[in-house]
Amino acid sequence: MKRGFTLLAIATALLLSFALYAALVIAPTEQTMGNVQRIFYYHVPSAWVAFELFLINFVASVFYLIRRSTKADILALVSAEVGVVFCTVVLITGPIWARPVWGIWWTWDLRLTLTLVLWLIYVSYLVLRRFSTSSQTPLLAAVLAVFGALDVPLVYFSIWFFRTQHPAPVIGGGGSLDPRMGWVLLYNWIAFMCLAWLVCWTRYRLEVAQRAVHESEAMQSLMEGAR
Amino acid sequence: MSETQSTPVVAADGLIKQFGRFAALRGVTGEFAAGKLYVILGDNGAGKTTLLRTIAGLAHATRGKISVLGSTDIGASRAQIGYMAHPSLLYDEMSGMENLRYFSELYGIPPADVDKRCREAIHAVKLDPDLDRPVGQYSQGMRQRMSLARALLNDPKLLLLDEPFSNVDARSAAEMAVLVAQARDRGKTVFVVTHQPAQLEAYADEFIWMELGRIVDRTATLQGSRA
Amino acid sequence: MSFFAITRATLTKDIRLEWRSKDAINAMLFFSLLVVVIFSFAFDPTAEESRRIAGGLVWVAFLFAAIVALNQTWARELRNQVLDAYRVSPAPATPLFIAKAVGNFMFVAVLEALMTPLFVAFYKLRALGPAWQLLPIAVLGTWALVVNGTFFAAMSLRTRAREIMLPLLLFPLSIPALLGMVNATTAVLTGESSPTFWIALLVAYDVVFTTACLLMFDAVLEAE
Repeated sequence: MKRGFTLLAIATALLLSFALYAALVIAPTEQTMGNVQRIFYYHVPSAWVAFELFLINFVASVFYLIRRSTKADILALVSAEVGVVFCTVVLITGPIWARPVWGIWWTWDLRLTLTLVLWLIYVSYLVLRRFSTSSQTPLLAAVLAVFGALDVPLVYFSIWFFRTQHPAPVIGGGGSLDPRMGWVLLYNWIAFMCLAWLVCWTRYRLEVAQRAVHESEAMQSLMEGAR
Repeated sequence: MSETQSTPVVAADGLIKQFGRFAALRGVTGEFAAGKLYVILGDNGAGKTTLLRTIAGLAHATRGKISVLGSTDIGASRAQIGYMAHPSLLYDEMSGMENLRYFSELYGIPPADVDKRCREAIHAVKLDPDLDRPVGQYSQGMRQRMSLARALLNDPKLLLLDEPFSNVDARSAAEMAVLVAQARDRGKTVFVVTHQPAQLEAYADEFIWMELGRIVDRTATLQGSRA
Repeated sequence: MSFFAITRATLTKDIRLEWRSKDAINAMLFFSLLVVVIFSFAFDPTAEESRRIAGGLVWVAFLFAAIVALNQTWARELRNQVLDAYRVSPAPATPLFIAKAVGNFMFVAVLEALMTPLFVAFYKLRALGPAWQLLPIAVLGTWALVVNGTFFAAMSLRTRAREIMLPLLLFPLSIPALLGMVNATTAVLTGESSPTFWIALLVAYDVVFTTACLLMFDAVLEAE
């Protein structure tokens, strides 16, 4: 386990460095937008990774509802937290990109809006976890996660149609992609997935350790007063 | 008859109930035979209310087993349980009859019998069924008696009373004690949590002493405990 | 013990209790009135512009009023711990949910019925599209808010900061429904586009979430 983790950490560091190099040097400069466009290589993979993490959260939550497995619960929590972080990256890089290129801070672009709504849903998920006083918090959180997942297609279609009625600039560029850009995008995506995996794994171990501490404190308190 | 006498009506084995880090029940074990009046005593925080709520199916045990009326499924025996707590569990703005008519629906009492059963229940606790006053305007003694009527409405096999004598005038308390004993005489099993065990001294079959989330003693009289 | 009988008994009981505490109803009605007036002061457009934004304004105002009503959903059951009396009975959780959701729907519908003529008057609203379509839009939109609102009001019983948890959980998930209500209403008012897609979206939303709520309410109620 420990060795696998170290290997992953090293691989992630290497991949990230290479991906950064690729994004800044290997990728050709975009014709109309110039070097600002390079933020695309962080913006888009972050979005993909965030969506993947939320998918993991959904699957883990459903698994929890069926089997009440603690591991599933921890995985759901971890993927939601890391997913929100990557989501935040998307929401910050989007405006940073949009401002110099289109002169606006925000646009109701499909991906950006979907990301915003997902961010809101999963932040509310994390708030529920924090504020719950129930002894069955994992159950409530899993229910909310399922509601969130059911909402996603509805959000997608509503924004898609809304955009056809209110056309807006598309951050992320529609149209064809230079194949070299495609490769750089791929490298960054893989590097980000490894980073996400690494962070999730760390957070997972941290949560397992924290729960073990709580358990032993609870056991101690159970033992108090034993004759 | 002998069959029901051999199966305990409540059987707990290592019952643990935790609220976060605080353990309200730390391993409650015991068997309780049918048709007896049990008085549960102990200081605040001893776990009396939690134990009663766990038997009632309102709280889920964190660990350990509990079997109520022969079943370990929470909710399997709800039709045969009557529960009363210090708050009245009644709607303040409705009269006694209106309250009981509503609860009759929940217990599936056939519509033709509802009025009769409600009147009988209210008569049994020495209150006037035709009293139009909303329950919120009752004295505490009247309210507790009406709450007892509600608990007895479905003619339960198991009666669970949590602090029925709290803040109740002496006469009402004495009357309720008699009613509770009569319920036991009719074959019901009764658990009463109270800080005023003297009220039931003459009628109780067994006193259960709790301390820090465990049963520490079970005696036949109020004076017999080592606690 | 019929499912329908319990739902009906709970609903009539709630209506009766609501009727008896008329103070609460009157306060809510007055609050809705205030909301409309404040909005009219804050957004004072010409008749032409108002048709474009009225859809959004009206639904946000309804949302405000609905949240206050929804926060009250379980208040009566918490007083005197009456919810325990329901839970300890053999009655299943689902009729309770339906009764509460339908009760909330009726109550919010009354508030909307009060607020709408005021909006029409203040904004000189007139539907350029088929006005009859506003009724199904109102029904579907209100149900969308109320069904999830009732569910999350129950969920927030299991949390601290109960009153802020309800809108916090409800709003993000309601975004597609909100887009649906607002855009459908605007389409009808301006007559410039067809509300069909948005109505279809609202139907899908209502079906999906009504089912989800019915399936999962029991777990939430028992999650003490």
